[in-house]
Amino acid sequence: MTEPILSVRNLQVEFASRRGTLRAIDGVSFDIAKGEVLGVVGESGAGKSVTGLSVIGLIDPPGRISGGEIRLAGLRIDNLPPEELRRVRGKRIGMIFQDPLTSLNPLYKVGDQIVETIRTHLNLSEQAARRRAIELLAEVGIPAPDKRIDGYPHEFSGGMRQRVVIALAICAEPELIIADEPTTALDVSVQAQIISLIKRLGRDHGTAVMLVTHDMGVIAETSDRVAVMYAGRVAEIGPVQDVVRNPLHPYARGLMGAIPTLAGEDKRLVQIPGSMPRLSAIPRGCSFNPRCERAFDRCRVDRPEPLPRGAQSVACHLYDDLPAESAA
Amino acid sequence: MLAFTLRRAIQAIGVMIAVGIISFSMFRFAGDPVNQMVGMDTSGAERAAIRKSLGLDDPVIVQFGRYIGNAAQFKFGVSYQFRLPVANLLMERMPATLELAICATIFAMVSGILMGVYSALRRDSWLSHLFQAVSLIGISLPTFLIGILMIYLFSVTLGWLPSFGRGDVVHIGWWTTGLLTLSGLKALIMPSITLGLFQMTLIMRLVRAEMLEVMRTDYIRFARARGLTTRAIHFGHALRNTMVPVITVAGLQFGSVIAFAIITETVFQWPGMGLLFVQAVQNVDIPIMAAYLMMVSLIFVTINLVVDILYTIVDPRLRSTVSRAH
Repeated sequence: MTEPILSVRNLQVEFASRRGTLRAIDGVSFDIAKGEVLGVVGESGAGKSVTGLSVIGLIDPPGRISGGEIRLAGLRIDNLPPEELRRVRGKRIGMIFQDPLTSLNPLYKVGDQIVETIRTHLNLSEQAARRRAIELLAEVGIPAPDKRIDGYPHEFSGGMRQRVVIALAICAEPELIIADEPTTALDVSVQAQIISLIKRLGRDHGTAVMLVTHDMGVIAETSDRVAVMYAGRVAEIGPVQDVVRNPLHPYARGLMGAIPTLAGEDKRLVQIPGSMPRLSAIPRGCSFNPRCERAFDRCRVDRPEPLPRGAQSVACHLYDDLPAESAA
Repeated sequence: MLAFTLRRAIQAIGVMIAVGIISFSMFRFAGDPVNQMVGMDTSGAERAAIRKSLGLDDPVIVQFGRYIGNAAQFKFGVSYQFRLPVANLLMERMPATLELAICATIFAMVSGILMGVYSALRRDSWLSHLFQAVSLIGISLPTFLIGILMIYLFSVTLGWLPSFGRGDVVHIGWWTTGLLTLSGLKALIMPSITLGLFQMTLIMRLVRAEMLEVMRTDYIRFARARGLTTRAIHFGHALRNTMVPVITVAGLQFGSVIAFAIITETVFQWPGMGLLFVQAVQNVDIPIMAAYLMMVSLIFVTINLVVDILYTIVDPRLRSTVSRAH
C-alpha cells in the first residue's frame, strides 16, 4: 500500500477550562489515501470539527493538541512552527467551512481574495493569478467568471459563495481538502450540487477529501470510507458500503437505523435512547455504554480499542473474542 | 450614488437653516442691538432712525431671510468690539484652528489605531496594559488640566517648548500656516496632543474592541485556513473591517475637536476661532458668537456628509444598498 496522504495516529486534543482539562479528542486514528473521500460522521460535539481543525492546525487556545501524530504525505505537521504550518495551510491542505455567507471577507472582491491566496502560495504574477482565478471560478461552476470575478461576496447567493469558497480551498492544488459541514447551511437542492462538485474535484485532481458532516445521506453518496465518531473517539471506520449495510458498533447501527429509506415499509425509525455525554462527564469504560442495549460488565470498566474486523475497524467489546476475519 | 449624495446634501441644508434660526434668535434675546451701539445721550428719534436704517423695523421673517441670505454669502455683520466684519475676523483665525484640529486628529488617529491594533493583537503584553492605563487617564482627565501639566513640565521646567501662541507663521494667500517654520511646529506639539488625547483614547479603545470582534469572525478563520500571512490577515483583512466604525467616530469627533479647541486655545493662547469666541462671550459680542455657531455647525454638517460618502467607499455592501434604495 502506498503512503496515505493524511495519517492521524492516536490524536488527542484538550481544552483547558476553569473546571479542569477537557479532552475533546481522545485517541483518534485514521488514514486517507490519495483521491479518497473519508466521511466523518457523528452527533454534534462528537469531535468531528475539532479533528478537522487539528489537522489544519487551527485549534484556537485554550485548545491544544496534547498527543498523537498527524502526518501529511509522511511529513509530521502537528508540531510544525507556526510559519511553516502557515505554508502548509491553503497550499497543501485546503479547508471549506460550514457557512459560506460568513467565510468570505465582505469588503474585498472575490477575485482579489482568490488572487491574494494564489499569490501567497504560488509564485505567479498578478495577471497570471487573475487568469488562474477565472479558470478556478469556471471550474467550480460559476457562470460568466470573467465578470463575476469583480463581484463582492454579497452579490453572490449562498450556493455560489460556497463555490467561491471551494475555489479558494483548491486554488493552490492542495493534496487534501477538509470540508467541515460544507452543505449544512445550504438549500437542499444546492447541497447535491456542492457535494457532486467536491466529489468531482477530488476525482479530477486526485485530492484526498476529509468530509465532516452529520448527514448520513451525504456520506453514503460521496465517501469511499466513513469514520463514525462518538464522544471524541472513532467508534467504527471502514468502507462506506460495509459500514452503511453492515454496521458493527451498536452506535453505528443506531445511526444507520435512523436513515429513512424511500422503498422501505412504513415503520418508525429507530432512535438511540439518551444523548451523548458531556466532555466533563464521560463514563468509565466504553463512553457509549449507558446508551448501549448490548452493554455488559466489561463495557463499564474497560475502554475498547479499535480492532480490525474485515475491512472495517471497530472499538467495541462485543467483537473482542471473535477472530479478526469473521465479523458479525 | 449621485442621488444619495444629493439627498444627503439637501438634509444638510435643512440642518443649516435650523442652526440659522438659533443663531438669528441670539440677536433678539440678548438685548436691543441699538442700545449696544449708541451712547447714553442718543435721542429717541435718532434711535428710531438707526433702527430703521438697520432694517430692525421689518417683520421678523424678513429680517431672518436677510440674515440667512447674508450668512450664505459669509456676511455676518460687524463685530461690536473690533469694529471689523466678523467674516474677516473668523477667516483670519480659522487657519490656526483648522491646523490645530487637523494635527490633533492625525495624532489621535495614528497613535489611536496603532495602540488599538497592538493591544488587540497582544492582549496580554505589559505594553497593552500600559496603553489601557494611559487611555483611562486620557478619558478621565480634563483637557485643560493635561494642557497645564504639559506647560508646567515642557515649558516651565524643561524649557523645550513654547507655552503659548503659534510661533512664526507663513502666509500663503489668505491662509496662514505654522507648519513651515520650526517655531511654528514646536508650538503645535503640545496643543495638538492636549486636544487629541481624548480622541486618541476613544479611537484606541474602539479599534481594540472592533479588532477583537473581527478576529473572531469566520472570514478571519477562513483567511487563516487559506494560509495567508499573519500580516495580511491582521492588516489587510482585520484592520479594514474595523475601519468603518473608526471612520464614523473619528469623523464625528473632528467636529468635537474643533468645538473643544475653545478650551485648548484658551490654555495655550492659540490665536484661533475658539479664543475669539471666548473673548466674544466675555464682551457680549453677539455677531461673533452667532457666526461662530454657524461656522462650527457648517463644519459638523460637512464632515457628516463626507463620512457618509466615505462609508460607501470602504464598505461595498453599502454601495449596492444605496443604489438599490434610491
